[in-house]
Amino acid sequence: MASAATPADIQQIVSVPISAHAYNKDRTKVAIVPNSNEVHIYDKGPDGWVLSDTLKEHGQLVTSVDWAPTTNRLVTCSQDRNAYVWNWNATKRRWDPDLVLLRINRAATCVRWSPAENKFAVASGAKTVSVCYYEEENKWWVSKHIKKPIKSTVLAIDWHPNNLLLAAGSADMTVRVYAAYIKEVDSKGSAAPWAEGRLTFAALLAEYDTGALGWAHSVAFSPSGGLLAWTSHGSSASIADPVSKQVETVRYGGLPLVSSVWLNEDAIVAAGHDCYPVLVARRSGRWEYIDKLDQQTKRAPSAALGSLAMNRFRQMDSKAQQGKEDTDLQSVHQNTITEIVRLSDDRAHVSAFSTAGVDGRIVRWEVKGF
Amino acid sequence: MANTLRPYLTAVRSTLSAAMCLDNFSSQVVERHNKPEVEARMSKEVLLAPVVISRNENERVLIEASVNAVRVSIKIKQADDPERLLCHKFTRFLTQRAESFVVLRRKPVEGYDISFLITNVHTEQMYKHKLVDFILQFMEDVDKEISEMKLSINARARIVAETYLGQFIN
Repeated sequence: MASAATPADIQQIVSVPISAHAYNKDRTKVAIVPNSNEVHIYDKGPDGWVLSDTLKEHGQLVTSVDWAPTTNRLVTCSQDRNAYVWNWNATKRRWDPDLVLLRINRAATCVRWSPAENKFAVASGAKTVSVCYYEEENKWWVSKHIKKPIKSTVLAIDWHPNNLLLAAGSADMTVRVYAAYIKEVDSKGSAAPWAEGRLTFAALLAEYDTGALGWAHSVAFSPSGGLLAWTSHGSSASIADPVSKQVETVRYGGLPLVSSVWLNEDAIVAAGHDCYPVLVARRSGRWEYIDKLDQQTKRAPSAALGSLAMNRFRQMDSKAQQGKEDTDLQSVHQNTITEIVRLSDDRAHVSAFSTAGVDGRIVRWEVKGF
Repeated sequence: MANTLRPYLTAVRSTLSAAMCLDNFSSQVVERHNKPEVEARMSKEVLLAPVVISRNENERVLIEASVNAVRVSIKIKQADDPERLLCHKFTRFLTQRAESFVVLRRKPVEGYDISFLITNVHTEQMYKHKLVDFILQFMEDVDKEISEMKLSINARARIVAETYLGQFIN
């Protein structure tokens, strides 16, 4: 099966690192964090993205942003320990912030809307995950905490498609699955195969030790919710199956992967410090590393270089440098990819995804052959 | 010499590239602080095991990585007293101008001659592979520089001695 992803749209949006990005439902707007305390919203124009709004409310670096597609609400969280929900005010034509009562005393690291968009979760350096929901009586966003037994900063979270479960990957080298059922806003549902019977909030349903593989940088539930994948600092991706209670770990020869998305039940795209996305897929029942998805053709070596073979050998010898000395990398992104987001509404058949990097680029990738 | 230098530098290069995978990580001990964990040492779980790469007993590199910073310490080759003196003068010259060097640490780690501290801010502002190149270039140049200076000291000493002793000939 020939599978490939091609960079369909490469946009150098800013010249500073993009810490996080999120799209609205029809992908005509993108919110990016230009490595500062602001969030910029860009509109899709005929020739590229145009800055339309700047959200200034945070006092320190904004660490994560998420856009709820249906309700068209933004949520941002920052190292200043706050999170805001932004609603589009159509009469005043601006985004209005709503402070969330997070009740945390360390930096917030990651925020994600639940699939039903009635609550969101904020991971933090306070070794907690705050699950937030809207309280109608008081008209504000309140939170409930998941604390036990997290021993370090939570780096990544992801919601199960059923809106009831939450996965958290943290720097204590553990990935955990919690029940995030909130009786005020949720109707009862089944959480099989992760849990049986009644769900209570913050109940620990599964715990996976990454062991020597280090911090869990990203977690992601599969489209059906039947599997959980995470990537850890030891350059690996792991896939856990709650039914067979088995964890398959795919070792990868490159640098750590910091973000991942599922393309379908059998394929995961992950990216990180290697500056290109890689594909991890299930082939005849086993998970394996397939290939990098950025097949940039090597630029033809210049004539001068070919004649100076001597120089090349000298460079290899003295500096342990393999290629020619050049600033440009042979990938679309020129620096670490910070985040991958899915660009399809259908989680089970993702046809496009977007990557944002430290180089200030946003790249849309078209997926074929899955 | 070249055939021991190459594996040494290759090892340093690959260790540095792997260690330089840094993220923005806010302190989980002190509120609203963000500091290099490798220096603060307040959370054990975000520090990685330090790696020492030795070429021989007087030349080695210590690479200490953490979630948001990596500290690289270099022990420069010092075979005899002039080299020791030159190395001391040279590193002192550099560390006194540390702020213009951006990644240089003012004080070397104990047992080493010079230390670099590379944080996530540096990897965000500069190309990571270029930072690695810089460290390797530095390691190579500093040896060259010191041996050149040693040669010129010897040459100068010879001239001085000749001129001084020359007056007794007649």
